[in-house]
Amino acid sequence: MNQREVFNHVAEALFNELHQDEALTVDFRGEDTDYVRWNQSKVRQNTSVGQKEISLVFDKNGRRLNKSFSAQVDKEWDLVEARKLLVEAREEAPNLPQDPFLVPFVNNGTSEAHFEGKLLQGASLIEAISKPARDHDMAGLYAGGLIEMGNRNSKGQNHWFGNESFFMDYSLYNGERAVKAVYAGFQWKQHDFEDSLHESAMQLAVMNRPRKKLEPGKYRVYLAPAAVSELTTMFDWGGLSARAYKTGTCALKKLKDGERKFSSKFSMSENFHLGLTPRFNQLGELAPEKMTLIKEGQLEHLLVNSRSAKEYGLPNNHANEREVPRAMEIAPGTLKENEILKHLGTGLYLSNLHYLNWSDLQNARITGMTRYACLWVENGEVVAPIEDMRFDVSLYDILDEGLLEVTDFQRVDPSIATYMQRELGGKNLPGMLIKDFSFTL
Amino acid sequence: MTRSTISANFTTSLKEFKNQVDWVGLRFYSEKTNQHTIRNEHPESHSSKRDQGVMIEVMVDGHLGYAATSNLTPEGMKHAFNKAKELSTQASRVKAAEFTLDQRPSSRGNFQSPYLHRLSTLETAETVDILMKASKALKVSDKIVSREAYVMLTETEIQYLSSSGAEWSQNFDLVTTLFRATAEDDKDTQMRNMGNSIQAGAEVLRDPQLLDLCRLNGEEALELLAAPNCPTGTMDLLIAPDQMQLQIHESIGHPLELDRILGDERNFAGWSFIKPENFGHLQYGSHLLNVVFDPSEQGQFASYAFDDVGNPATREYLIKNGKLLRGLGGLESQKRLGIPGVANQRASSWNRAPIDRMANINVEPGTATLDEMIKSVKHGIVMKTNKSWSIDDYRNKFQFGCEYGQLIEDGEITQTVKNPNYRGRTLQFWNSLKAVGNAQTYENHGSPYCGKGEPSQIIRVAHSSPYCLFSNIEVFGGV
Repeated sequence: MNQREVFNHVAEALFNELHQDEALTVDFRGEDTDYVRWNQSKVRQNTSVGQKEISLVFDKNGRRLNKSFSAQVDKEWDLVEARKLLVEAREEAPNLPQDPFLVPFVNNGTSEAHFEGKLLQGASLIEAISKPARDHDMAGLYAGGLIEMGNRNSKGQNHWFGNESFFMDYSLYNGERAVKAVYAGFQWKQHDFEDSLHESAMQLAVMNRPRKKLEPGKYRVYLAPAAVSELTTMFDWGGLSARAYKTGTCALKKLKDGERKFSSKFSMSENFHLGLTPRFNQLGELAPEKMTLIKEGQLEHLLVNSRSAKEYGLPNNHANEREVPRAMEIAPGTLKENEILKHLGTGLYLSNLHYLNWSDLQNARITGMTRYACLWVENGEVVAPIEDMRFDVSLYDILDEGLLEVTDFQRVDPSIATYMQRELGGKNLPGMLIKDFSFTL
Repeated sequence: MTRSTISANFTTSLKEFKNQVDWVGLRFYSEKTNQHTIRNEHPESHSSKRDQGVMIEVMVDGHLGYAATSNLTPEGMKHAFNKAKELSTQASRVKAAEFTLDQRPSSRGNFQSPYLHRLSTLETAETVDILMKASKALKVSDKIVSREAYVMLTETEIQYLSSSGAEWSQNFDLVTTLFRATAEDDKDTQMRNMGNSIQAGAEVLRDPQLLDLCRLNGEEALELLAAPNCPTGTMDLLIAPDQMQLQIHESIGHPLELDRILGDERNFAGWSFIKPENFGHLQYGSHLLNVVFDPSEQGQFASYAFDDVGNPATREYLIKNGKLLRGLGGLESQKRLGIPGVANQRASSWNRAPIDRMANINVEPGTATLDEMIKSVKHGIVMKTNKSWSIDDYRNKFQFGCEYGQLIEDGEITQTVKNPNYRGRTLQFWNSLKAVGNAQTYENHGSPYCGKGEPSQIIRVAHSSPYCLFSNIEVFGGV
């Protein structure tokens, strides 16, 4: 019995045991991933992880409990454990107060998707990376394998998603100078990885020039797509959440209220056509395939999950529990790749940013650091790498009048998050040319 | 699967595996976590998670490799062992370091967190009732628009067996609380958070002072709403222990991690400005600065008897009288660098390999009373409770923001200010330490959320500290 069959067996058995006033969602999350950590182009640690989890969300009389356990993927063992949790939930539910904002389960339909991959295994995995990297000082992480997710409820909803994929997230070093790259996909193609390494090595060569030390102040900057990706991580911290807006912790509240605006060059959407992550959330609700969040500088939609929809009387767009973007896309503009340096003129080419946080949430002000290949450019020519600088900028400045141009190309930035489990997802983002980016330290 | 069946499977599996590789270790991890959130006197979420699995470590030709599984049947563990053996055999040909059994001691013993009443004595109804009362207590005004009361109760069991005779177990009872008041008017929103993470039992939630502290939290949020912005300028900065926690963590803990110094972490969280030759020589802070790695402090969130490779944990000075003495690295990093470290090779759970992590990193108390420190300041500010943190990948240039500030003018606290922030460079900052509070100002703070590693891990840390006074710090406020 494979894990989908075990999951179906457990879910169906539990649905059959429900009392009339009970409802249940059963969720599965399974991962078989090979992680290989590299330092100096050698293997520091290899860890193969097989982890499976089954979760129950139990509803009775306006009360809800979540229960989850580590699954064996054995139909008898897993059903025994699941039954224990169902009994526990049934006993505990009457002790809870009723939740006025609970949205009852409904049948959100059926979906099935599977993305088959061709991944590196065993001996070929180690050699495919170590051989081309041996002449470099490379640090990074390879992660690849199968992720499967299932979601069913007692109203008939049934979703399944499978994805065999990998990423090689790495950086190359020359002493303390470094460049960063991610090679990711569903099929490992040795030539593509070697091309990625070669391109990174070429970039690293530029970093050999003497570093330029900058004084704090305002500079014209180009944010490469990877730097834009770091910047947009801040939207995950309540930036687009309806609940955050209603509880005073939404950094884009002034944008939502029309007190401030972004440039008409800035448009952002949730776009599940990217195919990087399933559309269904923890309750199996399907988000729209595409939804505009910010259109030409105006905030059109916040992300609203069922609970917020009920609590605040808002239209539900089936966001996830945290109301964060899952498939973010920023619309391209007109700046061509071969004109970036010319249009930058004199300023900073920032390939990556690091460790961002709000320095003034109510005014959408962010602090963070430059990292990796960040370069001083004069009259459209790269002059020197810079010593890393701390910045402190408001989104209302850099994404409004400060936003000069957006590139006509986008880059997919796949999720490389591996906290507790390997995450799926990613973003599709352009680069941006910005004036008066403020550096403080 | 019963606990005795799992134990029997381990013993059988260890016998089966031990002759197939140079060494094998099994680290079983079982954790039950209950979380409850009440917001605005309504139940928001109740969850219970039972997480368990085993990490199988193998040594092949001097290389240590790993495979983890939640399938605890003999077949499941055999599958994982074969994965570990296969990949590690290949990886051993391009290994980053050579290890021996010296890096996997044959320790024996056990550890149990202190508690007055087991966490299991807290029924859901009692827990929810306490959180409901806390949510109500936070509501000191209609301007407190959001009131959250949260608790995470965790019982963890770790058991370790190895082919070289290691056999130890540790049981942790862990409590994390958070009480949040958000105050809002037509102009601004301000928040106060109160909470902690410690090793303890049910007594934490039953604390009779809890509701009074929640009311105070709500009042301080209101106070901030009416307060002016923090001024900008260079001034003395008196940092409360709950913000010292973050300051210690980011600008002492992380840069002293030996795996960062070795470059393992370069591609993720970053490197370190510290070089191996700095140990024993570098004046990290003023002569008043004394910092210890102390896994033995009772009830602190990251106390333990052994790290996750079985190295017995002992208290060690990292910085004494301002001088850097020792780094935060376990037996593997110590072997690679040839310098002493501490017992801190830890894994977040059964599904991650152990790496160098902070545990309890504490600043020792000094001699100054809080009153003496305030009186010594002509122009300065007190800052409490972190709300924003950012530092570069070498751990040099930092900027931190706090929830609550109080101006000090001519030796007296004069007014509350909102949005206080400060920035600086690590060594310059710690060398500007000019007074350290005495034991009466010493507090213990912990956090479940320290992120690091590839694949990434979130682990428990704690930092005790007194109030500390720093001179000539760049301070600024909101817009």
